[in-house]
Amino acid sequence: MKYIDGFRNPLAAKKIIERIEVLANLLKASGRKVSIMEVCGTHTMAIARFGIRNILPENIDLISGPGCPVCVTEAGYIDAAINLAKAGAVIVTFGDMINVPGSDESLAQCRANGALIEVVYSPSAAIKLARQFPEKNVVFLAVGFETTTAPMPAVIQIAEGEGIRNLSLLTAFKLVPPALKALMTDPELKIDSFLCPAHVSAIIGADAYKPFTGKEGVPCVVAGFEPLDILMAIDGILNQLVRNEASVENQYNRVVKPEGNLKAQALMDEYLQPVDARWRGLGLLPLSGLGLKNEFERFDAEKKHGITVKKGKEPSGCLCGEVIKGKSKPTSCPLFARGCTPDHAVGPCMVSSEGSCAAYYKYSL
Amino acid sequence: MKAELTIQLAHGGGGRLSRDLIQSEIVSRFGNGPLEGLPDAATIPWHCDKLLFTTDSYVVQPIEFPGGNIGDLAVHGTVNDLCVCGGRPKWLSVGLILEEGLPLATLRKVLDSMKKAAADCGITVVTGDTKVVGAGQSDGLYINTSGIAEAIKGFSLSPARITKGDDVIVSGNLADHGFAVLAARKNINISSALKSDTAPVHRLVQALEPFAGEIKFMRDPTRGGLSAVLNEIVENRNINIQLNETDIPFSTCVKALSETLGIDPLHVASEGRIVLICSSQVTDQILHTWKSMPEGFGAQSIGVVDSGKGRVTIKTITGGIRIVDVPRGELLPRIC
Repeated sequence: MKYIDGFRNPLAAKKIIERIEVLANLLKASGRKVSIMEVCGTHTMAIARFGIRNILPENIDLISGPGCPVCVTEAGYIDAAINLAKAGAVIVTFGDMINVPGSDESLAQCRANGALIEVVYSPSAAIKLARQFPEKNVVFLAVGFETTTAPMPAVIQIAEGEGIRNLSLLTAFKLVPPALKALMTDPELKIDSFLCPAHVSAIIGADAYKPFTGKEGVPCVVAGFEPLDILMAIDGILNQLVRNEASVENQYNRVVKPEGNLKAQALMDEYLQPVDARWRGLGLLPLSGLGLKNEFERFDAEKKHGITVKKGKEPSGCLCGEVIKGKSKPTSCPLFARGCTPDHAVGPCMVSSEGSCAAYYKYSL
Repeated sequence: MKAELTIQLAHGGGGRLSRDLIQSEIVSRFGNGPLEGLPDAATIPWHCDKLLFTTDSYVVQPIEFPGGNIGDLAVHGTVNDLCVCGGRPKWLSVGLILEEGLPLATLRKVLDSMKKAAADCGITVVTGDTKVVGAGQSDGLYINTSGIAEAIKGFSLSPARITKGDDVIVSGNLADHGFAVLAARKNINISSALKSDTAPVHRLVQALEPFAGEIKFMRDPTRGGLSAVLNEIVENRNINIQLNETDIPFSTCVKALSETLGIDPLHVASEGRIVLICSSQVTDQILHTWKSMPEGFGAQSIGVVDSGKGRVTIKTITGGIRIVDVPRGELLPRIC
């Protein structure tokens, strides 16, 4: 525990905040307002939980990005899972997904009506369920960024090894770098820097952000999830901006290597291939997701069951799409804390434990 | 090998087995005093102006957990409810619901813990009841206890008296009970140091008698933890409570488990602690008094009352301020 306490030291925090204030003043003197996008949902939660947003100087704005896998998954994906459940499949999912509204209902409502929907904490639990229900089709809702995707090849390996035939994956894996590219080139958005994800970077490596830096780029700083990690990263970003630099900095080097986790990358390359993917808010982005390679299509739920995931119907009035892009703050949504609360969520950003709306609702003054 | 003795349905049938069970297990432990002769109702002396009366049921799972079991919990829980309302606990009723098949050894262990806890708290078991239900119709052992206390003179506790400038004090580390039960239930062997804080608070409350008039509110932060207690106070009032994260005492184990499991310790129960709000004039005296006692040595002043819109906020280690929300639903079911 001393390990964590070290990253929560109030005196150290105070010193970094003082440095941030000095740098912010320098930027202010040259008339600069700075938008830092924290890409990852866990950062959004940590920032809210430690009250970091309200201690930053007024010309420094933190905007939440698309890094919540549940939030960027469209309603049509939930609809497809519900249809499979209604056709008799056992649906296996991480907990956050079950309350996300589909076009007409959520998986939780579908389960209450008798469908077999199992919440698990690890993808390997899908294997156990496939063994437990040999007569049923077991479909794992394979949603997530690079961190969550990395263990999936192992699941397919085990299923192959054991000759398990009733397990398939409904894939909606997403890749962080293509989303950053889309956000950087969006003319309506002005992002001055990225506070880059911790766990995703452990897989893809800090070097993955190099394409977003340099002359046309912005500072990219990889940060851990503790308050001092985040403050150090903001300090690093402002330092670069003051010097008119834009490079990759790895504040989380106790976990993240420049090249990432090569073993995990090799396994993912063996089983998965880049595919075009739909993102809530961002739309269809070329090669921004991962799907199973053709030789493993017997594990692909869409191909196995002859279905196609459609876009689905987004809830009316919900600004989740705008929130995910960083164009709207959660509190700007007319439904925020009125029609939409964690107990009665309209949009996914209020459901997920990594969602921006949930973070604002839970912690913001 | 001799078969393990267990509870049978006939132990609740009113016949010889019932009588044997009551004699050997209950009367032997609690039979001196008003329970002697097993009357249908206890006759108890009454010498004070006001009585306090409370009841609670205990369904904790598992029955035994590091630092305690359902027996001492059922005594402490009811004793503490009486104490934080300004009472001096006197009399206790015990209702047992036993499931067929419960090992007799478990029942004996639980009753021994109750006897010891009651003696420690100065409360006497004066009446009780035992029922047996069929296997599968309950979960081992449930206990209901009701308690009566005499009001300690000088206390005038009411959340309505809380005003701007008052201080918030806790009597020691928070959330150990909830995490210990959770760890026992899920077989998380994080550390032998993680134990339930189940304990009586009567000595802590009785030591406050000299400052009783300046104390405005006391509560034991059980289900929903500190956050639920404080949010209930500010609801629909023009006051805020501002906590200081660095002052709130948590054990190293609780901090580690809360990080690992993603559970906010502000939402987790304690079973031997007091949250107290008092006029700031007596804060130092209360802390001095409590810190000199074994059950209060970890006491801390953790925040202040201010005018506001009915919110509980916390100043985090970064100096930033955030809301302390109410826990959503039941975080950890059956912890008491």
